[in-house]
Order: sequence, then C-alpha cells, then structure tokens
Amino acid sequence: MDTVDLARWQFGITTVYHFLFVPVTIGLSVLVAILNTAWVRTGNPAYLRATKFWGTLFLINFAMGVVTGIVQEFQFGMNWSSYSRFVGDVFGAPLALEALLAFFLESTFLALWMFGWDRLPKLVHLACIWTVAIGSMVSAYFILAANSFMQWPVGVTVHRRAELADFGAVLTNKVLLATFPHTILGCWLAGGVILMAVSAWHLARKRDADVFRPSLRLGAVAVLVGAAGTLISGDVLGKIMTQTQPMKMAAAEALYDTRQPAPFSLFTIGTLDGTRPLFALEVPGLLSQLATGSFDGKVQGVNDVQREYQRRFGPGDYRPYIPLAYWSFRLMIGFGMLAGLVALVLLWLTRGGRLRGKGWIWRAAVWSVVLPFLAHSFGWVFTETARQPWIVFSRMKTVHGVSPSVGVGTVLTSLIVFTLLYGVLAVVEAGLMIKYGRMAPPSDDVTEPGEPSPAY
Amino acid sequence: MELTEVWFVAIAVLWLGYFVLEGFDFGVGMLLPVVAGNDAERRAMIETIEPVWDGNEVWLITAGAATFAAFPEWYASLFSAFYLPLLVILVTLIVRGVAFEFRGKRDSPTWRWRWDAGIVAGSFVPALLWGVAFANIVRGLRLDSRHEYVGTVADLLNPYALFGGLTTLALFATHGAVFLALKSTGEISRRAVAVAVRTGVVAAVLVVVFLAWTQLHGGSLATAVLAALAVVSFVLSLVAVGRGRQGWAFLLSAVAIGLTVISLFAVLHPDVLPSTIDPAYSLTVVNAAATPKTLGLMTWVAVIFLPLVLLYQGWTYWVFRHRIGAG
Repeated sequence: MDTVDLARWQFGITTVYHFLFVPVTIGLSVLVAILNTAWVRTGNPAYLRATKFWGTLFLINFAMGVVTGIVQEFQFGMNWSSYSRFVGDVFGAPLALEALLAFFLESTFLALWMFGWDRLPKLVHLACIWTVAIGSMVSAYFILAANSFMQWPVGVTVHRRAELADFGAVLTNKVLLATFPHTILGCWLAGGVILMAVSAWHLARKRDADVFRPSLRLGAVAVLVGAAGTLISGDVLGKIMTQTQPMKMAAAEALYDTRQPAPFSLFTIGTLDGTRPLFALEVPGLLSQLATGSFDGKVQGVNDVQREYQRRFGPGDYRPYIPLAYWSFRLMIGFGMLAGLVALVLLWLTRGGRLRGKGWIWRAAVWSVVLPFLAHSFGWVFTETARQPWIVFSRMKTVHGVSPSVGVGTVLTSLIVFTLLYGVLAVVEAGLMIKYGRMAPPSDDVTEPGEPSPAY
Repeated sequence: MELTEVWFVAIAVLWLGYFVLEGFDFGVGMLLPVVAGNDAERRAMIETIEPVWDGNEVWLITAGAATFAAFPEWYASLFSAFYLPLLVILVTLIVRGVAFEFRGKRDSPTWRWRWDAGIVAGSFVPALLWGVAFANIVRGLRLDSRHEYVGTVADLLNPYALFGGLTTLALFATHGAVFLALKSTGEISRRAVAVAVRTGVVAAVLVVVFLAWTQLHGGSLATAVLAALAVVSFVLSLVAVGRGRQGWAFLLSAVAIGLTVISLFAVLHPDVLPSTIDPAYSLTVVNAAATPKTLGLMTWVAVIFLPLVLLYQGWTYWVFRHRIGAG
C-alpha cells in the first residue's frame, strides 16, 4: 500500500467512526429538546425523567462526537496537504464558519444545559438545549457544504488553485440542498431508533411505562419521519447525482451499458472482478425513475460514461470500484427502510394507550438499534468511494491530494494508532450506552435556582 | 490595513484565546495528582473546569479551521510538517475529552483512576507539545521551494523548541493553579496557592529565558517591550496569588499568557512559517494567504460573530461563577 491508500483508509475509518456519533447527537438533541419542552409545558414529571434519561445517553455520545471531530479537521492538513493547498480558499471557509457559528454555540450551551439545571430559570434552560439542537444542524449544513463542493464544485474559478468566486453558490450548491435534508432526516432516524430500541427493552420488561411508552412512540415517529424523508430526499438526490456525477449513478446500479428504460436490480450476483453481472433480480424501469424521474428515461452506463470522461478529462480510468458502490447503495437504502418498518409496527402496537405485542417484536425493536448505523456507514462509503478517482469531482484526483512530505510509515503509524484507540473507545462507549440504557430513569427533582457563593 | 494582516492578527487572537482559556484547564488537569488528596477533591477540581473546558477547546478548532481558510498554504505546510506531534496531541486530547464525561459513569476506583490518568496525560502532553510547536514556528522549519517540510521529527526536537515546551508547560500549570485558587474553597484553594507560587517561580525563570531567546529570531524593540510586559504581569500575578488577591492573580496570569502569545506572533511577523533552508522559501502573510474575496467574507463573519461568542462564553463563566468545595 502507498500513502494514498493508507491516507484513504485512515480518512474512511475516522470518518465513518465519527459519523456513528454525529447522527445520534443531532437526532437525540432534537428529541431531548422536545421532551424537555413537553415537561416545561405540561409539568408532567414523567417527561422530566425522560428528558434526564435520554440526556445522559446523549451526553455520552456527544463527548465521543466532539473528540473524534478534531481529528477530521486536522487530517486534511496532515494527510492531504496538496488537497488543502488546492481547495483551502473555498473549502476552508465553511469549516471556519462551522467552528465559529456552530461549535462555540453547541459546546457553550450544552454545558449550560448540562450543569445549569438548578442555576437557570426553566425557560432559559430549555432554550439552551434548543440552541444545541439548532447549533448541531448549522454545523451539519456547513460540513455538508464542504463535502458537496467535493461532489460538485460550484462557485469557484480554478487558476493555480481553486479560488472562491461566489460563496452564495457554494452555500446553495444543488447537491448540498438535497444532501442536507437527506442527512438530517437520517440523523433523526438514528436518534429515534435509540429511543425506540431502549424503550422497547424496558417495556418488554414492563418497567417505567410512564416514561418509556411516550419515549417509544416519539422515537418511532422520528424513525418514520426519518425513513420517509430520507427516501424522498434520496430520490431527489439521485436525480441530481445523475446530472452531476453520471458515473456515480451508473456505479450505484452496476449498469455497464446505457439502457432505456433502465431497471433497478434488488440484488445481483456478478463476476468476482465486478465487471459483469451473472444473475440479477430486477424491477423494470425503476432505475430510470430514480435517475431521471421518468420510467422510460435513458440512464448512461459505466462504459459510456468512461468514454465520455476520457474525452473530457484525458486518458485514465474514471471508474470507481463498482461492487462496493453497488452494494453500499443497496444496503444504505435497505437498512434505513427496515428501521422504518419496525417503527411502523411499533406505532401500530402501541396506539391508543395500548402496549401489546409478542416477545419477538420487542426483540426486533431492540436489535433495530444497529440499523441506522449500518445505513449511515454504507451511505458515506457509497458517496465517498463512488466519487473516486476524484477528490474534487472533475478538478482534482485523489492521488494528487496527499501530502508529498509525509511518508508511508508515518501514515501507517497514525492509521494503527487511531484504529486501536477508536476500537478501545468503541468498546467503552458501547458498554456505557448499554449500562445507562438499562438503568431506571432518574428521579424528577430539580432544585430551584439558588444563590451561589461567587468566586468573582 | 491589508486583509492578510487582519487575518494574521485574527489567527493570533484565536490562539491567544485558546492558550489563555484552555491553558488554565490544562493546568487544573495536570495538577490533579498534586493538589487533590482524595477522590472527592479530584472530583471538585474537575468540577471547576467541567462546564467550560469544551468551549475552551473550540478556540483550537476555530484557530485550525480559520488558518485553513485564511492561509491555506500555512495550514498545509504546518499540519503535514507537525504530523507526528499533532498525532500525539490528538490522541491525548481525545482521551482527555472522553475522560471528563466517562470518569463518573462507573462506581469503581480503578475506573476513575484510569480516566484521571487520562486527564493528567491529556493535559500534560498538549501543554508541552504546543510550546514545542510554537517555538518551531517562530524558529522556522526546513521548508523547500514548494513550502513542503523536508526535515525530520528529530529536527523538531531542538533545544529552543524543547525549552519552549517546558515554558508553556510551567506557564499553564501555574495558570491552572491560580484559577483553582480562585474557583475552589478550603484545603484545595490553599494548596493551589502554594503550588501556584512554587511552579510560578520556575515558570517565571523559564519564560524570561525563553522570551529573551525568542528575540534572537527577529525581535525588535516592540517585541522586547511586549515580552517584558508579559514577564511583569506574570510576576505580579504571583505576588497577587500569594497575597490572597486571587481574582487579580488570575487576570494577570491570563494577561501574561496573552502577551506571551502576542510577542511570539510579533516576532514571527511578517512570516507565518520561516524556512531555515532559504528565506526565499518562507511562507509569509502574503504568499500563504487566501484570496481577498475569501478573506473579506470571513472578516464580515468574524466581526459579527466573534463578539457574540465572547458574550455568551462570558455569560457561562458568570452562570458558573460559584466556588467549588470537596464537601
């Protein structure tokens, strides 16, 4: 392996890992804020207990999201200095805005919420958690603006480097406008699943139904909204992807030759090198619909796009690794929809104050906790690997982005260090989530704001 | 003033904010085994920084991202050159960050002891390495004509840089002790005062030598005055803490660290990363900068939002202004 491969592995591992915590943070912050609001409005102590219970799980996650996020910012300079030199003028701005507009907000107001229960008036305290929720979405917007620029570089002129021409265009990139709702709704799905799965575990044991029944239903609604929303926004995104990165769409379907109409295959068994399908179960016309919005639209195949890219960008191989694109695309959709299905069943079983169901559905609900994480991970793997060989589509290839002064041994060292550290922390974090997920919700007492002895 | 100059100042301000703020929470972290006698006291010490350390760390994230946006060449050269030290800093900051959240999550002395060790290491190592890094920035790196680092890790561990590391380590430890004296009650506060005076004397000697040494790398009368003022405020801070004027002591040690950072950046200017191979290869405020368009955009955002950030971060310190005891 050379530095490009190692740096890519490191980026992949650290990003997918970071994005296990981000969706939970974004999703749970909104759900905790909703429960906190319900308590402030109704005074029902069950909502306060729920707020505190989910707040604890939220905080365990938030810590991991924060610390793994710093790695993301630093490794652009450490591993990808040529990329950073090339795009810094455009790509740096959203990162800086993310820090200035969102991270300060999140960290400060989260601390106020976390430690301010008995120091702030109820409404101010409530506003703190909403500020955190909004801050985390602002943060997602800027980071996705940076990512969307890599997918579809608008608002720039390229001289020696990519230079900012129109920041408005960067912030209204059509890829961004579809990716942002797609990601946020996916985050609600992830946060919702946590509520759903943990509540199901307690309800199956008939514990604290006053806290966990509303939590389960709130979670299930979030999952349903998330699943439906990702499906719709994903459909929009697919059409934009077909216009902007036809190779990516072709790779997602492993469609080698242009077809009209094009079918969508539910699964395919292909040759080992992934260049030819052997058997496929297909839905006629569906890919045409996904890609173009019409059931008999024309979808370009890999081979044709490859020829076209060679004409536009010169000789070279412009094909991503197709089996990976094909399967990650399907698994992303499949796992997300499965979570939606579980939520639908649970909402049905718990409607009208009821709490029924066989053991298996509760078990399924508990295990559904892994679904959004699989969906998110495959989603990132798809969107980042199916863009290859480009690091910035049509502007810079990934092989030209690495740090020329950093050796293989150095990248390998950090890859090993991060993998080990992240592995250990994953075990610790999972252990804590399970421990605190199984605990009874805390009591409902909040002491009123008192007079502290001031230090200054 | 050119926008490139504005952003040089802005980056300096962000690092200043980072070192003044995270400086004291590093100090409290480092002093955990020194000041606290038992678990309740360790708990109380951590409580003094718990609501603010994360917000303090965002100054680092903002400094990094702002450098990326305003001086892409600086960011690229610096971060790839400091690869291994940054790796160590990242690992220790990660462990420290989760330690704050995780240490109280299991009722086991071994569990808490391990995370406390993480907090100590995660405070000690970055406090040392940031000094090493900044001394190297001022001193310059082996940059070639493409601004790529061609030196080794061993080159980064030169005497001046190591001395810089010890200086920040001692400064932050003292700053943390002064903060702790202010924010705690009883026995913890008394011990913190004693520690502040002791580490403070060591830090004062280090900072005098380090800042004098720094003047050799392009100092002027102005930078010498800044350095002298830094030393004076630091010494006054030690006097104040000894006399029980803890609010003043903290303010003065913050000023001392702030002036130290400013004097380092003043010596560095107009370079942002000098080349020790050939001055022609140096990165300067001009050749490392982003386009005027990007700088202009960021200036507007910073002018509007940085005061807002200061306002609500200040409010946090006000909300959590009470002293903390081990009771």
